[in-house]
Amino acid sequence: MKVVVDMNKCQDHGQCVFAAPDVFSLDDGGRLAYVPDPDDALRDEVEEAADVCPLQAIRIEG
Amino acid sequence: MTGRVLVAGASMGGLRAAEQLRAAGWTGAVTVVGDEPHMPYNRPPLSKEVLAGKAPFESLAFTPKAAAADVEWRLGTKAVGARLDERTVTLDDGSTLAYDGLVVATGMSPRRLRCPGPLTGRHTVRTLADARGLREALTRPGVRVVVVGAGFIGCEVAATAVGLGVREVTVVDPLPLPLVGPLGELLGRALLRRHEERGVRFALGTGVAAFAGEDRVTGVVLADGRVLAADVVVESVGSVANVAWLEGNGLDLSDGVLTDESLRAGGRPDVVAVGDVARFPNARYDGVPRRVEHWSIPADTARHAAKALVAHLLGRDREPAPFAPLPTFWSDQHDFRLQSFGAPLLGLGDIRVLDGDPDGDVVVGYHGADRLLGVVALGGPAAAAGAARYRAQLLQQPALTV
Repeated sequence: MKVVVDMNKCQDHGQCVFAAPDVFSLDDGGRLAYVPDPDDALRDEVEEAADVCPLQAIRIEG
Repeated sequence: MTGRVLVAGASMGGLRAAEQLRAAGWTGAVTVVGDEPHMPYNRPPLSKEVLAGKAPFESLAFTPKAAAADVEWRLGTKAVGARLDERTVTLDDGSTLAYDGLVVATGMSPRRLRCPGPLTGRHTVRTLADARGLREALTRPGVRVVVVGAGFIGCEVAATAVGLGVREVTVVDPLPLPLVGPLGELLGRALLRRHEERGVRFALGTGVAAFAGEDRVTGVVLADGRVLAADVVVESVGSVANVAWLEGNGLDLSDGVLTDESLRAGGRPDVVAVGDVARFPNARYDGVPRRVEHWSIPADTARHAAKALVAHLLGRDREPAPFAPLPTFWSDQHDFRLQSFGAPLLGLGDIRVLDGDPDGDVVVGYHGADRLLGVVALGGPAAAAGAARYRAQLLQQPALTV
């Protein structure tokens, strides 16, 4: 599974961090950081993160 | 597996319902009916980025999950009647669809003002077509806009209009402060000051009596006798549930579709409601059924409702899990954001500043029943991050019911 976040769309709402804390985080400056190739076992929570992104900025490939 | 689940409504709730039916194991047909010509799209940008001309439609459209690729979309048509005992729905093109399971996801329509005066020049913001029409009106040189209603949509539209360079932007509301209904006085005062500092004018404590003009609006006549000149009027005075098509089936449709804790309507295991049209009990709070018009609710209700519906259709036993979503919403206005978790509306009687200062970044807590019921942050990213810390506290509290 590959995760791609469109950082031009991202507005740092952090909803993905709540949904998938193993994959998404906010750094000290409040900007999003994420694991681009998370384990497939995390698919459910990554899909949840993509669903709850207010900007629909998260894409899952594979 | 044979049979069909019919999803009435092709907005976010309808899309999530279709996807969650597949996730819950339904492999039969899924048909989604929606009156707009578009595939489901994200509505929050309509009053902000779309109005500002910064978001093309492609950036709003949801990308349906691969598992929902075989869903049948019937767009540009809508449900106009239903016979739930016979499991059929009638569409406005005269056709009748039979179903095994029905998902009600028909959402809301903007409430309109019933005042004397012309209709031309009056706008609402619910659909993409609405937002495009309003943008065209607001970008004509020299227009004066009056926004009726100082709620979330009204405040967002006013802020976007100022950002577009609109010459005069005035917000009218019978209440004394913007957003005082959902957020209370403390944040209402802070919001009033921030909007005024950025060029929005307010006419508060008075309603609209009439619209001036012959063929099109030239002004707004207030209940206190003042007249505000206006070339464009935006009506943002709440919304009404799209439930008329369900009448005659014995459902409680007095404010949306009343459901049980599994989102089932009228005790029927084959009919569920999702999104802001559903009036459901939330076990996290007092169990009183309410509609919730927050962005997080379509996905939450769709997941829960799809599980219940598919379990019934497949004859499966189901672990009855209480439905207890944590509502969340945000609102971007000018250069600041409101970020909310929980149910501030239930804690308006005891509002306290938790962090910061209403003049800068602030996190406000809403209390009741000896507990924190909701938090709202106002300001920049630091405020939103502050609210997120209290989100964990809200989630950890035991439910008030169950």
